[in-house]
Amino acid sequence: MAKLIDSVKTFVNTKILKKVHKRESIDSKYVLETRNLGISFGGLKAAQNVNLKIEKNEIYGLIGPNGAGKTTVFNLLTGVYQPTEGAFYLNGEDLTGLPQDKINHKGIARTFQNIRLFNNMTVVRNVMVGLTNQPEYHCSLFESIFRLPRHFKVEKEMRKRAKELLRIFDLEDERNNLACNLPYGKQRKLEIARALATNPKLLLLDEPAAGMNPNETEDLVNTIKKIRDEFDMTVLLIEHDMKFVSGLCDRITVLNFGTVLTEGDTKTALSNPDVIKAYIGG
Amino acid sequence: MKFVKHYLSYIVIGALAVIISAVGAAGGIPGTFSALLEQSVIAIILAVSLNMVVGFLGELSLGHAGFMCIGAYVGGKLAVLLSSSLGGTNIVTVILALIVGGLCAGICGFIVGLPALRLRGDYLAIVTLAFGEIVKNIFENSEFFGGQTGLKTPEFTTQRSTRFVLFLIGAVIVLLTLFVIQNIIRSKHGRAITAIRDNEIAARATGINVTKYKLMGFIVSAVFAGLAGVLYSYSQQSLQAKTFDYNYSIEILVIVVLGGMTVNGSIVSAVLITALNNILQTNLGGSFAVAKDLIYAVVLILLVIYRNAPALKSFREKYNLANLWKRLVKPKHDPSRVGDDSVRWDVVPTKISMDEVLSTDVVIDTTGDNSADIGERGGNK
Repeated sequence: MAKLIDSVKTFVNTKILKKVHKRESIDSKYVLETRNLGISFGGLKAAQNVNLKIEKNEIYGLIGPNGAGKTTVFNLLTGVYQPTEGAFYLNGEDLTGLPQDKINHKGIARTFQNIRLFNNMTVVRNVMVGLTNQPEYHCSLFESIFRLPRHFKVEKEMRKRAKELLRIFDLEDERNNLACNLPYGKQRKLEIARALATNPKLLLLDEPAAGMNPNETEDLVNTIKKIRDEFDMTVLLIEHDMKFVSGLCDRITVLNFGTVLTEGDTKTALSNPDVIKAYIGG
Repeated sequence: MKFVKHYLSYIVIGALAVIISAVGAAGGIPGTFSALLEQSVIAIILAVSLNMVVGFLGELSLGHAGFMCIGAYVGGKLAVLLSSSLGGTNIVTVILALIVGGLCAGICGFIVGLPALRLRGDYLAIVTLAFGEIVKNIFENSEFFGGQTGLKTPEFTTQRSTRFVLFLIGAVIVLLTLFVIQNIIRSKHGRAITAIRDNEIAARATGINVTKYKLMGFIVSAVFAGLAGVLYSYSQQSLQAKTFDYNYSIEILVIVVLGGMTVNGSIVSAVLITALNNILQTNLGGSFAVAKDLIYAVVLILLVIYRNAPALKSFREKYNLANLWKRLVKPKHDPSRVGDDSVRWDVVPTKISMDEVLSTDVVIDTTGDNSADIGERGGNK
C-alpha cells in the first residue's frame, strides 16, 4: 500500500505538478535571469544548473563544444522543452512552463540553427507574419472577412513596418521574391528580421554566422551591433566562430556536457585553461 | 488589372449564374443539365472548402464527406419538419436549413479539430477518415433520420421553370464561400495559416497561436461542407448515407489536388470532374455502365501524368493557358525586350546566385599585390 501511494506521489509530482509550475515574479535587474535551469531526458542530463544573468543592451555569448547543450538551453528559453528543474525570468517575470507563442509575446524571439523560413511566402510576408501578434496591428477575423476599414489600415501599416525592418537588413529590393530563392546569407538576415518583427526584449540567435563567408560575417557583426543600438535590444547568441564571438560579445558563458564551465567577460573566459581543454582536449 | 485578377472567379461565376438563371427562367434548361449545374455548384463549394485545409493549412483531411453528411442530414431533416409544419418549401425554410446544417457541421469540425491538432500528416488523415465513416454509420442506423431506407427530403420544386432557383441559391453560396475563404487567406489570419503550413516550428517561435489558427481552418472548412450538404439534400429526392463514404471524400481530394491546391484551380477542376462523371454516367448505359469507373480512372491518371511528367515539361510550358494569353497579347518575339524585374531569383537554378558571387568584391588594387588577396578569399570560401 505504501509503495502504491509513493508511486502515485511521484507520478503527481513529475507528471502533473511539473505542468502547473507555480510562477512567481522576482526582483531582477537583469533582462534574462535563469536559476538552476535544467532538463533531463530520462537519465540524460542535457542541461543542468545553468545560471545566466544578462544585462540590458548586452551582447552575450553562449559557447561550448558540440553537444554541450547550447541549443537545448535555447529550446528551454523559448518553450520548445519544458524545464524539469529551475526557472527563468524575463525582466523579473517568471516565464517557466509557458507555451512557445506566449513566451514570444512576452518578449523572447529566436532564430534557428538550420534556417526555418516560410519558404513559399514572399520575403515581406515572412516579416509580416512576425508582426501578426503585435497589439497595434490587431484586427479580428470578422473585420478581415468583411473587409472593414481597419483591415486595410492594419495591412497597410504592417507592410510599411515590414519594409522598414527589411531596409535595415538591405533586403528591401528582394521583398517580393520567395524566401527560398534568397541566397544563404540573406536568408539568415531575413530570419533575424522576422524575429525582430515580434518586438522582442531579448533576441536569441542560434549560430547566426554558420556557413557565412568572412565578408558576410563581418557584415553580420555590424548588423547585430546596429540592432542592439537602434532597437535597444539585448542579444544572446550561440556561435562557434571564436573571432566572431570575441569581436562581438561583451560577456560569455561556456557550456560543456550540459553544465557551465566558466563565465565572465569574453577575453578572460576564452583564455581559461579549462575552456581550451574542453575545445582541444587533453 | 490587379482588381480583375483578384476577383476573376467572382466575376465569372456571378456572370454565369445570371446568364443561366435568365435562360432557366425562360424555361430553356433541360432537367439533366440543371442536375449537372447543381452537382457542379456543390462540388465547387466542397473543393474550395477542402482546399482551405489541404492547400492552405497543409493538413490531409479525408473526412470532408462526413461534414457534408452532417449538413445534408440535419438540414434535410429540418427541411422535412419545417415543410410539414409550414406547408411547402419556401426560401425561408431553405435559409434556415442552410444555417442549421452549416452550424452543426461547424461544431463537428471543432470537435474533430481538437484532438486532430495533436496529430500530423498520415495520422490526421486516418482520424478524419474514421470520423467520416463514423458519421456515415450513425446516420445510416438512426431511425430518426430514416435509417436504412434513407431520408425522404422535400422536393425543392416540381416545376421545370423554377428548377434553376436551387442552382441560383448554390451560386450565391459559392460566392459566399469564395468571399469568406479568399478574404481570410488574403489577410493577416491567412498569412498565419500559410505560415503554419510552411513551417510549424518557426510559426510557433514567431508567436503564432497554432491551435487557434488550425481550429479556425478546420471549422471554416466544415461549415461550408455542411452548406454543400444541405444543398445536396435539396437536390436529391432521398438521402442515402452510403453516398457519403470515403470514396466521396477522396473524390473531393482529387478535385483539390488536380486543381493545384489553389482556389481558382479547385473551381475549374470541380466543374470539369463533375461534368466528366456526369457525362459518363448518362452516356454509358446497359452493359457499358461498368466501364464508367474504368474510364474515369484512366482519365484521372492521364491528367496527373500530363500535369507532372518531366518529359512533358516543355510541351506544358509551350501550350499552357498563361502562355497562350502572352502569345495573343504580344505575338512577336522581341529580343530587345527585357523583363521589368531584372533580378529574378526564381529562375536561378541553384541557391548560389550571381549576386553572392559578385558580392565578394575582389579589390583591384593597382599599386599592390592583389593576387594574395584573391587567394585568401578563395581559400576561405
